[in-house]
Parts: sequence; structure tokens; C-alpha cells
Amino acid sequence: MVNESVIWNYLAEVADPEIPVLTILDLGIVRKVFIEGDHVQVTITPTYSGCPAMKLIEDEIIAKLREYKIDNVDVDLVLSPAWSTDWISEEGRDKLREYGIAPPEDEVDKSVLFSEPTVVPCPKCQSRNTRMISLFGSTACKAQYQCNECLEPFDYFKCLK
Amino acid sequence: MEHLFEYVLRIGDDSLILGQRLAEWCGHGPILEEDIAMTNISLDLIGQATTLLEYAAKIEGKGKNADQLAFLRFDKDYRNLLLVEQPNGDFGMTMMRQFFFDAFRKPFFEALQHSKDEQLSAIAEKSLKETRYHLKHSSEWVIRLGDGTEESHQRIQESLDALYRYTDELFYSDEVQKAMESAGIAPKMDDVRTEWNKTVDYVLNEATLKIPDNQWKFEGGRRGMHSEHLGYILADMQYMQRAYPGLEW
Repeated sequence: MVNESVIWNYLAEVADPEIPVLTILDLGIVRKVFIEGDHVQVTITPTYSGCPAMKLIEDEIIAKLREYKIDNVDVDLVLSPAWSTDWISEEGRDKLREYGIAPPEDEVDKSVLFSEPTVVPCPKCQSRNTRMISLFGSTACKAQYQCNECLEPFDYFKCLK
Repeated sequence: MEHLFEYVLRIGDDSLILGQRLAEWCGHGPILEEDIAMTNISLDLIGQATTLLEYAAKIEGKGKNADQLAFLRFDKDYRNLLLVEQPNGDFGMTMMRQFFFDAFRKPFFEALQHSKDEQLSAIAEKSLKETRYHLKHSSEWVIRLGDGTEESHQRIQESLDALYRYTDELFYSDEVQKAMESAGIAPKMDDVRTEWNKTVDYVLNEATLKIPDNQWKFEGGRRGMHSEHLGYILADMQYMQRAYPGLEW
């Protein structure tokens, strides 16, 4: 008999397709697991409205649970409360850094114009002497930065609140 | 219900058509970073459109899905603003169009978060976070180009002159809008306009740009009366679904 905590453990094995060092639990996008009889309902939330990985994540959840002989699974999507980078776990932040992506700093760029961009330490050499190249990066959730010390260009998982 | 369908379609079509317009820049941006920025913003907008059109399809209750609404309607059935279907022009023109729209979308979503319609309120809460980044991006470019070189100033001023006539439609009000406002579903357009004016005045002042004297105003998009440009967008957008009905990735 499966219970919710077993399902959560299985979900911890599903990696984010764009950032495979993170599991979907590290990312904080699984909202709810609900079991009724032999039916499992998993509720997830998108990071960005247009995140093209959502469909793939849904398929991977279903495939993962199937590996454990759980076939009667539905995945649904909720928008509210909206996901924010606060939901990324501490462990997830460490994993991001090791992978070479700077985790979100705890400040959202709220200022309107030409403000100093958020100081983001380089994930390679930890220098705080870095600069923003663009607010938009390789995926919707990232910005592009470069380290002025070690010259490493790197992705920054931008703060969304 | 008919009013709600119409209302959701308006918001969804704005996102869809502007998303499609920005996607035209893919591979053609003036620099790589801006190519990526514009397509990222496009992706956010297409994502919003997906959720909105899915919701519209559900309200309509004719068993359609978001794709069918996006790809199989005729031009007169689209409810987007004339502003968002205007051609990209040069990079400055695209940024000016984006700025006028973002400056509207931010206060619009802020207010829509408090909509009595739960789904619209959830979509607004989600989209607002993205829109803040969009507005910052487009505002900075309007200022940089306006307060830039003589040529960049002149060119973006021309873009402003060409696009300003479409901005009054952002606050279009008719029977649908009024019904949605009194039901507590739609934000009050007068309040949104006040916020829009504040942002536009501030940014244009920083950019040393001027609102044109000619205050001629265009509207029609909300009623399905579009400029000639929409047809070309739809030809591009709908080709696959028309040629291969029901095609999926």
C-alpha cells in the first residue's frame, strides 16, 4: 500500500529537465500529493508562465511512479499561490552553486530603472566582483552574469517574488 | 458568461499576438543578449496566453482547447489591441511598443490580482512577477535610446509618434468591460490609466521624448476590427494547423 510519504520519496528522484542537478522537490514545484484508493494525484506549479519544461516534468512524474508500479496517476497544475524562488530548498541552493549556477539572492530587483543590479557572487571563485550581462538568460528563470575576477560567465537563477 | 469569455479572450489575445510578434525577432536581434531577452519575454507571453485561452475555452464550453482558439479562429474573432499587432520595425520601435504595453500590463495585473474571478486572479498573480521584469527591460531601452545619440533619439521619437495613437485603446471601455467592472472581475480602467500615465510621463521625461501633438486615436481590435497586419501574423501562425489539422508536437 502506498502512502503519501512514499510518493514524496519517489518524487525526490525526478530531476528538473533544464537543471538536472535539482530534483523537482529541491525546486519546490510539487505542491501536493493526494491519494484516494489506488489513485495518486500530484499537483505541481510552474516557475514561469511559459516554462516549456512543465509538460516534460508531468510526463517524468508519471514515468517515475510507473517504475514503482504505480500506474493510476494524474498530474495537475495550479497557479496560485504563485511559485517564488523562496521555495527552492537550502539543499537545492547548494546544488545549484556546485553546478555553476548562482542561486537566487534574497532580493528581487524591484527598482524601476537603471538601478545597480543585484550583487551575485561568482559560483566558481566566490568573488562578489561580478557584473550583469543581461536580465534574461538561457531559460526564463535565469539571468546572465560574468565574474570580473576569474572572468567566468555564469547563469544566475534570478529572484522571483 | 458570454461577457466573461469575451473578456478573457481580450487579455489572452494580447499576450498571444505580442508573444508571436516578439518571437519574430528570434535569430534577428541586434545583439545576442537582446535576441534572448525578446524571446524570453515572448515565452512568458505565450505561457500567459496558453493559460488564458485554456480558461476561455472552458468558459465557452464548446469542447475546444487553447490551441484551437489560438490557431483556428479568423481575424475578426481575435480581440487583441491594435498596438500589439503593429509590425516590429526597428529595435527601437519594438521597445517602444513593448514599453507602452508593459506600462499598462503592470498596473492591470496588480489590480486583476484582486478580481472576484479566482482563475483570473491566479493568472494575474503569476504574470505580474514576470511583467515587472519586462517593464524594467523596455523602460531602460526607451531611456537609453531616447537619451542616447542624435540618431537613436530621432528614430525612437518617430516610433513613439507612430505608436502613440494606439495607446488609448489600452483603456477601451464598452458593454463587456463595464459589465466585468461592475461584477468585480475587471480592474477599473480609469485607475489603470492613472498608473500608466505616471509611468509613461516619468520614462518619457527621462528619455527626453515628447508625446506627439497629434492626438488622433485608433481603436477597433477589441471589436475584431484589425489593421491589415494581423492577417499576415495569422498566416504565419496558423499555417501548420491549417495544413496539418490537429498536428501536435
